[in-house]
Amino acid sequence: MMSEHILKGLRDRDPRGIARAISLVEENDPLADEILASLDDSLVDQAMVLGITGPPGAGKSTLTDRILSNYRSQDKRVGVIAIDPSSPISGGAILGDRIRMMRHALDQDVVVRSMATRGRLGGLCAAAGAAVRILAGSGCSVVIIETVGVGQSEMDIIRLADITALVLAPGMGDDIQAMKAGLLEVADLLVVNKADCAGADTLAMDMESMAREGRGKDNNKAKVCMTVASEGKGIDDLLAAIETVDASHRESGERRMRRDKAYDLEVLDWALEMTKPLIIEKIEKSDHDRKGDPRLRAAKLLEQE
Amino acid sequence: MSVQKKYRVLIGKPGLDGHDRGAKFIARALRDAGFEVVYTGIRRTPEEIAAAAVQEDVSAVGLSSLSGAHLSLFPAVVEALEKVGAGDIPVIGGGVIPKEDIKVLKDAGISDVFTPGTPVGHIIAVFRSACELQEGRRS
Repeated sequence: MMSEHILKGLRDRDPRGIARAISLVEENDPLADEILASLDDSLVDQAMVLGITGPPGAGKSTLTDRILSNYRSQDKRVGVIAIDPSSPISGGAILGDRIRMMRHALDQDVVVRSMATRGRLGGLCAAAGAAVRILAGSGCSVVIIETVGVGQSEMDIIRLADITALVLAPGMGDDIQAMKAGLLEVADLLVVNKADCAGADTLAMDMESMAREGRGKDNNKAKVCMTVASEGKGIDDLLAAIETVDASHRESGERRMRRDKAYDLEVLDWALEMTKPLIIEKIEKSDHDRKGDPRLRAAKLLEQE
Repeated sequence: MSVQKKYRVLIGKPGLDGHDRGAKFIARALRDAGFEVVYTGIRRTPEEIAAAAVQEDVSAVGLSSLSGAHLSLFPAVVEALEKVGAGDIPVIGGGVIPKEDIKVLKDAGISDVFTPGTPVGHIIAVFRSACELQEGRRS
């Protein structure tokens, strides 16, 4: 039986079994339910899910590569989900984050999976949550999610990750960009990468003041870290900061709270995802006079059951 | 809003050859034809390519070589895939490859070989049917 085969592969941490399981979930295969139900909840519960987000070219993949090396030196099994955008025209995608992580290609305890957004906005793909759980369930104590290069408002990662690091690099806009509401307000860590480039100190200062003012109410102010990922500089400090945030979130109950909230939101997501085809069908079946406000039409459509 | 099956393929360059224009051209062409293309870049060992192909669960692997090392490197990728239990993933090769080498490569398990001047539509069609075949074998 095919599902037996894959379930066994998952349990044995067989790379092919893990990879097939993620594909089946991504394709909404009927076997996906069985796979997801079979995962070891205690492993999923314990794993730390780290989100790495930031604008294109800030150094997310290179930073992820360095973080991988560091966790591997601590003998931790690490999973990476690297997301790149799908073409809105062809639906195809170039998934190129892995290039920066190829030094880990032969390490059995580094599981890298590239995924395309497949039309989803928000910086993730629909199956990202399930893929995280599959990696955690296959023994990865750390799962890193690298989002697509984001702008100012792609917030999905905040929900899925226990801890989110926003990676910025100097030379990408003034502090007014940073003052706008958005990701900066909700990230747990602000990473100024390419810290050896001109403007890095100013950027770090701006971030420091943002963090101070923006989150004055609670004690969980975002910490600012400086890194040169291409040379591996600042990674130890960044990981120490991640460790501190993780420990405090676990102790304060913040982690549990976030996960509970994320759970409900993911249920909502899937509910919308599953109702969408039904609504599309209704729209197609309804008379096509296209009169009246679309909002009113939508309300009417939902009323008739 | 048609839902078309998304095929995942890997495009990579084994060995020391750094000329990646061809590989990138094919990667883009496949993207534009709706494929999800895992691009692993230049200077990979056959083992690295095989490991990535497994983790990414691709349905086909495309290799590019312009340096003349195809006779040893392409079959080495086929072997590496077999070694990690993924001998069912087809390997397609392309590059500056003399005519007389094509048969040798096919005998060594490369499912198709493209030389300069091959219409890109043909290459895409071959990838598509290789993916269909591979996915059919899976389920």
